[in-house]
Amino acid sequence: MDVYLPIAEVSLNVFILLGIGAAVGFLSGVFGVGGGFLLTPLLIFVGVPAPVAVASSANQLVGASVSGVLAHWRRGHVDFKMGFILLIGGIAGSILGIYLFALFSRLGQIELVISLCYVVLLGVLGLMMGVESLRAMLRQRRPGAARRKLHRHTWLHGLPLKTRFRKSQLYISALLPIGLGFAVGVLSAVMGIGGGFLMVPAMIYTLGMPTTVVPGTSLLQIIFVAANVTMLQAFTNHTVDAVLALVLLVGGVIGAQFGTRFGTRLRGEQLRFLLALIVLAVAAQLAHDLTVHPKDLFVILMDRR
Amino acid sequence: MTIRRCLARALGFVVALSPIAAQADIVADLSSHSIAITTGFTGASVVLFGAIDGPGDVVVIVRGPERDLTVWRKGKIGGIWANTESVTFASVPTYYAVASSKPPDEALSPAAAGFYRIGVANLKFVPKSDVPPEQARLFTDALIAVQEKAGVFSQTHAKIAFLGERLFRTTFNFPANIPTGVYLVQVYLVRDKDVVGAQTTPLIVSQVGVDAAVFDFAHSRALAYGAIAVVIAVMAGWLASLPFRNA
Repeated sequence: MDVYLPIAEVSLNVFILLGIGAAVGFLSGVFGVGGGFLLTPLLIFVGVPAPVAVASSANQLVGASVSGVLAHWRRGHVDFKMGFILLIGGIAGSILGIYLFALFSRLGQIELVISLCYVVLLGVLGLMMGVESLRAMLRQRRPGAARRKLHRHTWLHGLPLKTRFRKSQLYISALLPIGLGFAVGVLSAVMGIGGGFLMVPAMIYTLGMPTTVVPGTSLLQIIFVAANVTMLQAFTNHTVDAVLALVLLVGGVIGAQFGTRFGTRLRGEQLRFLLALIVLAVAAQLAHDLTVHPKDLFVILMDRR
Repeated sequence: MTIRRCLARALGFVVALSPIAAQADIVADLSSHSIAITTGFTGASVVLFGAIDGPGDVVVIVRGPERDLTVWRKGKIGGIWANTESVTFASVPTYYAVASSKPPDEALSPAAAGFYRIGVANLKFVPKSDVPPEQARLFTDALIAVQEKAGVFSQTHAKIAFLGERLFRTTFNFPANIPTGVYLVQVYLVRDKDVVGAQTTPLIVSQVGVDAAVFDFAHSRALAYGAIAVVIAVMAGWLASLPFRNA
């Protein structure tokens, strides 16, 4: 059964879209990340134009993050003050990101920029995660191995505007979360991701937040950044396909249920290793598409109405 | 594009073209004057039928709405394929097809075919910026090749069948990816290799129903559309979390 997507202006099989939503929802249930970094490339693979894929993923992300945050909030695992400060940077970053998106669209290079961003980020992240999880698995076999220091003091802790974050038990410069929010905001606008897979490690390793409050807080600010991106994309580029986002959400909800149950049965480092493999596979596929001789040397870009 | 806006534009065309239609030694009409793109649209066919007042040939061209479009050439930069060169053409028909009772180059003199722009080779593609003629030709050929592959341009002509000497009919098959807008179906009566009569009929291709409403709303009230898209997502997310409340 095909469904016509009014903004993407293509007909796609509704079960494929539900399947993609379910697969990404499953992963986000297992790994506790939004899954936007897999959603956008998958949509591009099945034939959704890259700009529409990016903008509609952001829209889908709003819904996915709301349901995630509510779950964490009920357990009291959300640092609202930290989320708010991350958000200040995030909104500013996403405005710059949308501007860059429109600029590259005009130059006819947006598809390339999106693909390149994905290859670089997914490649680096996949390698880092793969190496780290392998080490963790090896360390488990040798229980006598050295433990990591709990807190390292770097120049980052010397920045001004020190602020206390009670829930996260931190006393750090507000510039750190603002900067982090900004960087993730730019990427989320250009790549259609919430940035959970960047935000979560940065919150743990750079800010030093306790792991219990990280996913909920990250998701909280993602709601607002993704909502901002959706609004701006709809306004400047007319690329948000709400029908597509809704179909993906329906699939995502079902997938997340199974994912959460499956996730509790696997061990942390095994999970991370698995995720690293998936991330690397997506990066490799995208890199392959960029370097292989294209079927058509010429493409036509119609001026959007 | 909504039907109402299409109709307004189509009426404009008909008024503008009515002097040609007045020499009515050829009469033709379409089985349907509109193609509705609905959810699950997979293409459509439209039958053109008509009559002429004596012996002669009939040539029909179908032109889609004109739009500016940019042709990009990919090149390899540091091992990666990227869009490197581009030429933007002004007012290119988004769809072009010919039907004819005889191959057009036999039915018409080259001059007449050129004047009435019959056949893809006779379409004029004008670059918007100054481009060397060599490059303009290369990109024009590429444009035609890409559009042909997409099924919106055709080099070959569809056959027009005559029933007796006066009545003729032909079928146009439109692919699923046709652009929306007002199409013009131009029907020419040809005698002695020249056009002696003509008639123009509009054909409206538009999205209808929910899809059209969404598309229109997204473009005319972009901010409100964005807000609604966000609200729908928030509601869906909240609904999705309900079953887990007691987990």
